[in-house]
Formats: sequence, structure tokens, C-alpha cells
Amino acid sequence: MAGVKFSRKDFEKYVKITPEIEEKISLFGTHLESLNENEIELEVTANRPDLYSLHGFMRNFLAFLGKETGLRQYKINKPQKDFQVKIDSSVKTIRPYTACAIIKNLKFNDSSIKEMIDIQEKIHNTLGRNRKKIAIGIYPLEKITLPITFKALKPQEIKFQPLEFDREVNGLQILQQHPTGREFAHLLEGKDKFPIFIDAKDNVLSMPPIINSHKTGKVSETTKDIFIECSGFDFSILNKTLNILVTMFADLGGEIYQMNLLYDKSKQVTPNLEPEKIKLTTESVNKLLGLELKEQEKKKLLEKAGYNYNPKTKIVEVPAWRTDIMHEVDIIEDIAIAYGYNNFIPEIPQISTIGEISPINILKSKIAEVLAGLNITEVSSYHLLTQDDLKKLGQKPEIEVEDSKSEYKYLRRDLITMALKTLGDNVDKEYPQRTFELGEAFTRNDTEETGIKEKHLLSIAIANKDAGFTEIKQTLDYLMRMLNKSYEIQTTTNQYLIEGRAGKIVFQGKEVGYFGELKPELINQIKVKMPIVILELDIEQLL
Amino acid sequence: MNKNQEIHESLSANERKILNYLKENDVKSISKKTSLDEVAVLRALEYLSNKGIVKLEIKNLKIIDLGVNGVLYKQKGLPERRLINLIAEKKTVNLENAKKESGLSDNEFQAALGALKKKALLTLGEGNLIFEGKKEEITHKSLEEKFLEILPKAPEELEPEQKYAYESLKNRKNIIELVSETQVNFELTELGREIVSEAKNLKQEEMIEAITPEIISSNAWKNKKFRRYDITSPVPQISGGKRHFVNQSIDYARKIWTEMGFKEMISSHTQVGFWNFDALYTAQDHPVREIQDTFYIKDVKGKLPQKEIVNKIKESHEKGVAGSKGWRYNWKEQDAQRVLLRTHTTCVSAKTLNQIKKSELPQKFFAIGKCFRNETVDWSHGFEFNQTEGIVVDKNANFRNLLGYLKQFYKKMGFDDIKFIPSYFPYTEPSVEIYTYNKIRGVWVEVGGAGIFRPEVVVPLLGEYIPVLAWGPGFDRTLMEYYNIKDLRELYQNNLEQLNKMKFWMK
Repeated sequence: MAGVKFSRKDFEKYVKITPEIEEKISLFGTHLESLNENEIELEVTANRPDLYSLHGFMRNFLAFLGKETGLRQYKINKPQKDFQVKIDSSVKTIRPYTACAIIKNLKFNDSSIKEMIDIQEKIHNTLGRNRKKIAIGIYPLEKITLPITFKALKPQEIKFQPLEFDREVNGLQILQQHPTGREFAHLLEGKDKFPIFIDAKDNVLSMPPIINSHKTGKVSETTKDIFIECSGFDFSILNKTLNILVTMFADLGGEIYQMNLLYDKSKQVTPNLEPEKIKLTTESVNKLLGLELKEQEKKKLLEKAGYNYNPKTKIVEVPAWRTDIMHEVDIIEDIAIAYGYNNFIPEIPQISTIGEISPINILKSKIAEVLAGLNITEVSSYHLLTQDDLKKLGQKPEIEVEDSKSEYKYLRRDLITMALKTLGDNVDKEYPQRTFELGEAFTRNDTEETGIKEKHLLSIAIANKDAGFTEIKQTLDYLMRMLNKSYEIQTTTNQYLIEGRAGKIVFQGKEVGYFGELKPELINQIKVKMPIVILELDIEQLL
Repeated sequence: MNKNQEIHESLSANERKILNYLKENDVKSISKKTSLDEVAVLRALEYLSNKGIVKLEIKNLKIIDLGVNGVLYKQKGLPERRLINLIAEKKTVNLENAKKESGLSDNEFQAALGALKKKALLTLGEGNLIFEGKKEEITHKSLEEKFLEILPKAPEELEPEQKYAYESLKNRKNIIELVSETQVNFELTELGREIVSEAKNLKQEEMIEAITPEIISSNAWKNKKFRRYDITSPVPQISGGKRHFVNQSIDYARKIWTEMGFKEMISSHTQVGFWNFDALYTAQDHPVREIQDTFYIKDVKGKLPQKEIVNKIKESHEKGVAGSKGWRYNWKEQDAQRVLLRTHTTCVSAKTLNQIKKSELPQKFFAIGKCFRNETVDWSHGFEFNQTEGIVVDKNANFRNLLGYLKQFYKKMGFDDIKFIPSYFPYTEPSVEIYTYNKIRGVWVEVGGAGIFRPEVVVPLLGEYIPVLAWGPGFDRTLMEYYNIKDLRELYQNNLEQLNKMKFWMK
């Protein structure tokens, strides 16, 4: 999900924003995040980077509104002399692919420069996975001498003045000294050579995915023609990214020129706006959506979604800037959006299936019912504890999560810990305090799929001036009688319990829990002033 | 029945007892004459006041009175009096001797020295105490001494000189103290006078108070009257044991799904990345898999399921299955083996899909449980939340059915208005975001996502593409709206007082 902001004035050159249009914006799938006099902010989902620019958004949104429907056509000019990028084999193991284009006759102003910068940043951050997968460079053509070479050199051999820097430095120094260099240094970590774009006069244009050159890397209001490159690891995604950019520039009034890409063993020509053709039967659309669309309706909806469709051949033409169409279901969703999610009539089918609650949850409900009848209140705790909690209860950390954003980072290992925390948090409340909790606790166990065993436990804790062994034993006895489970009690010792007042609960020959009077030192630790009795039971064993 | 008659029948024994002494206007003397303790008299007065028989006024007054030491000093003299008398006689006394001879404790001695220095009656020089006043000066009683004699007294009634003495004594140990005293004023109302005079003429018949086993077995109640109770007077609140309110609402949601023919799925909170992400076609470089969003467990390595299913998932990511292009990258086993706290219950659905037999279709499943995200904790964020998960595995299922099941569920949860907006998840297509309408606040509230599982998810797990309807909206926001809870932290803070007061889930 990316938040994109457009100037309201620019937006309203195409569509006036009314409550009805606001509704349409959200039905189009771009949630309206905020709107004021100057700005409109939309949430664009991660699968639609082609909507990140105002022009990209409008191309699709106007079609959705029924204006300018169908696949928008763009004129593409063949490469002129020297419109060429040579890809040296040295980049193969470092950043193997690039897709490039030239745009001519642009008229830049503040808002189009901003649009250009914004979309680069959005694509870098989302689809580009913070420049790892895709890095985009846009350069004023007048500062460059064609043709261009994409190659990798030893960092010490790379020398240029990076953007926003006052001197020439080498590749390594950029990663060490330049703020942008430091931010993205990890992307070139362990590489013995760094990739660069370099022009016919050996001027470095940029060192992707890090930074452009100060001399050739800045588009200004006087710039008319530009060179665009996208570099990364997947040629197909780079092509589509390039297409998102060139169509945006064409919508801004530019003319698209292709470039020859001379790879080691093959020649490619980019950009390529040839739509992909996918056959889509009306049956599969209707089956998935539960509709009865006719060919003509299907055609109309596809055109509202920005596709072309031929009802005779059932061929859908997919815009070459769509990065998200992997399967026909992706096109079917666009048909559903064009149809309008609000126009679908929800319907529950007449199929017969038998409902069932899991045995463990039935048991939990029954236990809760029995204990509530004894005037015991259910509590519910977090599954994670803080260092402080552990310290208070004299416990060692056992299972820890990585890099928690809060203080909570240790998985609870039993429910008694949680019960004592609750009593400790409620010392200022009325007594008697009687609590129970049903939940999972975590211990290491190599035989489990995750290396962690999760037990379904019951804990009971009673704090009161006359709380004693008899009350907790009576509670256990009543619970087990009501659940119709016979059990035995044996003497035990336990970290929580006073010796001689601690019982272990044995069910079908297996130890399933313990109960007794809490050690006074533990009561002191949680700052309670009442005697406390506790019980813990592995209820899964009772099933 | 005559209204006054009803009143007579509602008078308790104690009320009747004090009825004849109400002209006294003094709790103490009523207490003496009726041999009821003062608390009982006061309570009876309150009941009479509730019935309009007396006009009762209870004031809380502050009174300055002697403290423990004050009582003593009033008899024996203040420490400074005892010290000055000693010194005035001898003019100069060694400090240590003075202390010994005065018989004062350390504290008293220090306080006495301070008080006398302040009045310039003595000075300290070379370990000696030297008398600086005139003998006549100390023959009069000091302001403090006079003050002790007039106590008890209310602070607002103090003369300026007394106020001075009060200020100088109040910080000394236990000489004086400010005590709260209740002043009770009452007088008979017109109705009260009627009742009192009628009571004299009425035959005092015995009223039955609490019914006891003896009264029942002896038939003593026959031909007697039951005293009328003031049924409107408040009683102390009690509370009982009950399920936690979150679990009450979850129990209800469980009931809805089972009524609709769904079978419950159970699975653990810790999962391997394989089930939480890979089986759900979430690419290994997807941002949601980063440590900033997901809780990974330190120092454990999970196990992957059988090779066959692992390879199918790998293929679905790398090359695509069922006509899909796939994500096209090198899928790594070790990323799938990382152990995490499940970020959604959808991993439970993935496991279920991998287990069900195609011959048993159609089938419907649900799960409700905790999920985890690496988040900070504040009123609107938390690292734990409940999700309600559901899948419908039916070869004829379609998008309208998806919306149908969701609409029905939310209707039963109390939301008549619900809307669906396009959305995106890596594992569903089409995808929707569900919004429910909050009638009280007049706003649409986003509750979570749903969709139809992509072929890239279903084909590896089930062996063929069946449109599997799936949803996993969060549940906490829905129940918070019901209970009108604004702060997420309140859900699991286990404040026992709040839990006692919490209302039941009434659905």
C-alpha cells in the first residue's frame, strides 16, 4: 500500500471532485485517504504502480468512469542514430539487466518535475524493494553524448561527482561518505565491481542503484529531452517499469523513442509497448464472479478497465505497463472492479455442510462455565512478556522474538506466570480475587514443526485472606467431577509451591498439572499481601 | 391504606425506638436513652429522613484537638516551659547538664531549644545555655500554653493570637491534631410530628423483620404484619465469575460460523514461514516478511513439510503454476524455515487445504484466533489481535457467494450495513476490503480483507484449481465497537475491577 498525493488543482483539470466522485475513487480500489483544498491523497495498492503518477491514475480512472475507455495507444519512434546502450558482460553477476528509452520534446514545469520525482521514489520503495529489484535513472539528454555503456568497474576506478556533493570521489568513497551512498551501501555489499552508466565521452552518468552524477543527473525546467534507464535483475519487470515511465511522459506531451540494447549475446529494443495477448473465456469470468455477462458487456467492462478485447477471438490485450497480470484471475478482478463491487448481489449458495466446534474449544467453554459458577473470573493476557515481568517473577528468558518494537519480547512459558502478573497488577483492588485463564504456553521442543511446543493450559489463582490448600483442592475436585474425569493427587515439589502443600494432578497415569499454596517469597515479589493458592492444568490431556 | 399507616408499618424497630426522642436533637443522648450505639442511631435517622419524618443535616467539621503529646504537655507543661524554668533559675547551664536535668527526650530538647531561641529567651555560647530574658517574662503563660487550654476548637473560630499558636504547634510532633468530626442536626418535619403523635396512640404491635426458619416453622408470622421495606433504597453491588468479554464475543462468532455450517480449524500460534507466507504465494522479498513487521523467533529452525508439497510451492513462486507466470526469482528453503508468530490465521487455512480430501467437498472451515505483528503498543496499536478466518472449498463457489457469507456474518454481529471495496493481497484475486457502518458515530469502519484464493495458492495445496473463498478480517475492532472501548490496551490489561463491571455480550 502506498499513499500518493496529487495536487487538487491538477486533479480537477480532469475530474471535478464531488461526493459521487469520491465514492467512485474508493470503488476504483484507491481508498481516499484525505482531501483538502490543495491536495488529494489516495491509497494505491501494491499491485498497481502504474497508478502512482497523476497521469497514470487518470488514464485508468477516466476509463473506469466510462470516458476514454480501452487500451490507450502511444506512438513509438524507432531508435535514431546512436540511440544505443551497450551492456558489458561485466555487469552479469552484479546487476545484469537494464531497459532504456529516450523521450523528446518535453516541457517541464514544477509540477511535472515533482510528478517525475515522486513516481521514481514510489517505485523504488515498493515494486523496486528499496532499489534492490529496480533502480531508475532519468538524465537530461543534452548533457550526455550517445551511445551509452552499462558496465561494472572496480570501485576505485569509478570517479565522478555524485548529486548533492561538492567534489569528485571514487565508488567506495560514495558508499562511505555520501548520505545516499551510506543508506544503500548494503545493496553493493560484497561486490568487487560496481555498475555504472557511462557515455561516449567517458562521463559517468550514475552508479546504480546508488546515485546519479551531479553533472549529468539533474532534470530542470529547461530540459527538453531525457534518457531513462531502469536497472535490475528481471528484464521483464524492468521493461514494464520503463513502460509506466514512458507512457507517463507521453501523457505529459513527450515523444517516445526506442533504444537498441546490445547485450552480450542478444539485441533488445526498448521500450516495447506491444500489449500481451491473453485468451479469456466468458465462462471463466462468469463462473468466478457469479455473473451472467454477455460478450458485449464483457467487452465494455474490459475497456473500462483499460484493456482491449476482441469478442470473436476472446483475446484480451493487456497494457504493457501492467506489472500485476500473472494469470487470468487478475484480469477477472479488473472486470469485477469495472462492474462495480457495489453492484454485486451477495448470495449464499444452497450447499449443505455440517458445522462443528473443535473439541478443545468445547472443553474450554465447559471449564469456563464450571469456574464462573464458582465465582471465578476469566482473565486474558498477552502471549508476550517484558524483561521486567520476568525479573519480577524470578524467571529466566526462554523463547525470544527478534527485534520487537515494544518491550514485549518473551513468549510466556506457562499461565501461572500470567496469573501472578495479574494479581500483582491488582493489589489496589478488592479481595477476594479469583481468576482463571485458558490459553497456550510455549516451551522448546525439537520434535515439533516449529521447534516449539504449545500447550493448552488452564490456570486458577485465588488471593484472599483465608485462601488455603482446601479451597484450591475443592476447586480442582469440583471441576474434575463436573467434567467427569477421575484423577489422582500425588505429593510433588514445584518452583511455585510450598513444600508439603503442593500436589501433582495425575490423569490416566500421566502428570497433567499441579496445585497448592504459593511460596510467600513469590507473594512478596509481586507485592500482594494475601495468601495465594494456584492451579495449572494441561487441559489438552483431558480430551 | 392510609398513607401514614403505611409509614408506620415501614418503621424498623430502631426507628420506632428513637421516634420518641427526636426532640432531643442530639445523637449522643438518644443513644444513651435508647441504648442503641451512635452508628445505629444515625442509620435510623437516615431511614427516617428518607421517609420524610425528619429533616437531617450531616456536616463534616474539622476540629483542632490535643494530640497524644498535647494531652501530656497540658498536664506537665510544654518542653520549652520545663527547660526555661531550669535555665532562668541558674542563668547559665551547661548544654549536657540541661538536657539531663530537664528530663526531656532528644526530640523534645531540640524542639524546646528552637522555640526558646525563636523567642530570644536564650542563646548558646561555648556549650552553655545562657538565659537572656527577664524573670517576669516567663511567669506569664505563653500563647501556645493558653492555646492548649482552649482546645478543642474549630480552625475558623481562632483569634489571631490563637492562630499564631496553632501555626507554631501544628508541625510539632503529636501536640495538636486536626480531626474530622461529623455534626448531625435534625428536626421533625410536619409529617414527623404527625407520625410521632400517632405512634403514641397506636398499639405497638410487633412487626416481622427478617423471616427466619424459626418464624416459618413456628407459624409465628400468622396474624402479624411484615414490616414494609424501603425497596428503593440502594444496596451494595455484588459481582460474579464470568467469561472474559473478548472470549464471550469470540464464543458468539464461533456459534455464528457453526450455524452456517462451518467446521472449526485449530493450529498453533508459532508457524514456519512456509505456511504463513510461501504457501500463500507471498514472495520471499515481500515487505511483510521483513523483521520490522513480523515476529521471528530467535534460535530455532523449523521443519518443512514433505518434499512434494515444498517443490510445488517452489515451482509456483519461481515459474508459476496453472497458467501463471509466477514471481520469477530463486525461492530459498531457509527463508521458508524461519519460525514466526503467525501474522494471520490464513496460514491455518493453507494447512487445511493441504489436508482435505477432494472427495469430501464441498467443505467450509473457520478459525478464530490470535495473530501477531511487530508493532508498538498504544491506544490504537498492539502486537496481538484476533482474526476470524473462513474458507469455502466448493467448485461452484463464486465472488457473489463470498460477499454473501460475509454479509450474513456481519449481519449476525449486528452490522446491517456493510460495503466492499477493491483491495489487494498476494494470495487472493479478486480481493476485497470489508467496511462496516457504525450507526452511532456515522462512519464506515475498515474491518479487514477477503477474496478468492489465487490458483497459485490452491493448485499446489489441493491439486487443482477450485475457487476457494477466503477471509480473515480482524475481530478486535468489531468487539471494541460493541463494548464501546476506545483504547486497545484495555482488552488485555486484566483490571479486575473493570472485568467485574464489564457487561455481558448480549447476542
